Amino acid sequence: MRIAVIDENPVRAAIIEDGLAEVGERDVFVISERSGMARAIETIDPDVILIDLGNPSRDMLEEYFAVSRAVSRPIAMFVEQSDEDTIAAAIDAGVSAYIVDGLSQRRMKPILDLAVRRFQAFSRLQAELKEARDALSDRTIIDSAKKILIGKRNISEPEAHKLLRDHAMNSNKRMAEIAEAIVTAEKLLGGGL
Amino acid sequence: MSIVQMNIGFLPLVDAALPILAEEHGFAEEQGLHLNFIRDVSWASVLDRLLYGHTDAAHLLAPLAIATTLGRGRPAKALAVPFVLSLNGNAITMSHALADKVAPAGMLGDPVSVGEKLKSEVVKRAAAGCRIRFGVVHRYSGHNYKLRYWLAQCGIAPDTDVDIVTIAPPFAADALANDEVDGICVGEPWNSVAVERGVGRIVLVTAQIWRRGVEKVLAMPAEKLDDDRDKIERLVRALHFAARHFVDPANWDTNAEILARKNYLDGSAKLINRAISDRIMLTAGAQPLDVPDFMFQYREAANFPWKSQAAWLYSQMLRWDHLAYNAEDQLRAEEVFRPNVYRTALKGLDTPIPGANAKLEGSVTGSLPVGSTQGRLTLGANPFFDGRVFDPMEVANYLDSLPKL
Repeated sequence: MRIAVIDENPVRAAIIEDGLAEVGERDVFVISERSGMARAIETIDPDVILIDLGNPSRDMLEEYFAVSRAVSRPIAMFVEQSDEDTIAAAIDAGVSAYIVDGLSQRRMKPILDLAVRRFQAFSRLQAELKEARDALSDRTIIDSAKKILIGKRNISEPEAHKLLRDHAMNSNKRMAEIAEAIVTAEKLLGGGL
Repeated sequence: MSIVQMNIGFLPLVDAALPILAEEHGFAEEQGLHLNFIRDVSWASVLDRLLYGHTDAAHLLAPLAIATTLGRGRPAKALAVPFVLSLNGNAITMSHALADKVAPAGMLGDPVSVGEKLKSEVVKRAAAGCRIRFGVVHRYSGHNYKLRYWLAQCGIAPDTDVDIVTIAPPFAADALANDEVDGICVGEPWNSVAVERGVGRIVLVTAQIWRRGVEKVLAMPAEKLDDDRDKIERLVRALHFAARHFVDPANWDTNAEILARKNYLDGSAKLINRAISDRIMLTAGAQPLDVPDFMFQYREAANFPWKSQAAWLYSQMLRWDHLAYNAEDQLRAEEVFRPNVYRTALKGLDTPIPGANAKLEGSVTGSLPVGSTQGRLTLGANPFFDGRVFDPMEVANYLDSLPKL
């Protein structure tokens, strides 16, 4: 496991590094400079990033991940004090994982594994959500195109569907693309849409 | 009445003033509250502490409250905003090298003419293969949206003609000093810190881009507001009295001194006083300049959470995250702002309360008496610099009408 520890305080970073001794097979990289952090992460290409909740670079890091999803990585966070409720709330709110009391050494390995799993689950969820949204807007545009065809060519709904599907297959395009072309043409030609 | 403890998260900015002053001047205690403060450096930390229950309420960027509710980039978690902590109060500070090319000396620039000159500078740099770089405090901030609104209207594509990067407010002046950026759009006192260090010049203030733009809000998880409505209404009352105290010139020096303390902004009272008094020093050693409405508070029910302001922020989120309009999301975004909590909290006090929940943003050019459920309310001019009007019922058409860059 490749682990990047982001901490501007070299002493604390060293303690964290020690705490990671338990985590079997591992490479630990400490990043303590704010400038050039993005590049450092890209070079290290870690499996997981370990950072303090109050770290001053959090906004920068989140922005960096938002801009380039491809380099986005699971984040495990640690805090000075905490209780069970807080941890539960943190997990609900989507933190990959949460480490209490700075570091409780025995729990490090399962927490880091959990961080990676949760991150993957969230990424998958986001991808599915996007697919579902696309599918939804596809359906809307296909329905509009069908209505135009039904009105213009005086055909039934199944016939309109078949017409769209056949045309899509013949031209090696998605049905939604054909539908969009029809709707756009109708708009430009001053149809009632 | 026994005193209830509340933890409040904040970033060291002048617009964190109201909760701090509510505690320091005893307005919170009058409402049976004791406020404890937790300071952070980065908005991600403020938000996390709020979501994980370290804090009960927080000083937060208005767009971030909406983005969190809509689940932008993280699982959705509904936040609620019963009170707006400030309108505007930010500025665009540029390096001297850039400011000298695009802005007049000794005065604030005009957004249109600064924009024109900036555009030709952008073109010149593009020919040399480089880009002007701006720092904003967060992707989901009013700073980012106002900067982009201005750039786009001036024909500069925010995504492709310039670079816009994220810098936490306390590092903004450093970034300017180290040539990491050519300009910053940040809240006070961080522009004044840059000016004082001689590393930049204030060229525009965000009030010039939108005269009555919502800035920071008091935010909390929606279920906390619903579960403990009475406590939150008491907090809103305390904040309201703090706002009235804040705008009285007799209190400016004292309030600047309180905010400057180590456990709050840990800064210079002299610099903090500039934002409080709307007297801004544009460049090191210059005479402070009167900038009316620089940070707008209290008057005209400024702290009222207008749903139309939430809707404008939602429209800009769509615009710059490149998302399609969704009526249900707009409703969820507007639901973040809770005008009814504000109304019940301030009922019976000597202060005007708007009758409507939404208005046409940017439509008032003179002063306009409007309907109220109590008191008399007159709104002042609230234009956008391009004269556009935002109708929350017409978000999709509004987005169509904006320059596509």
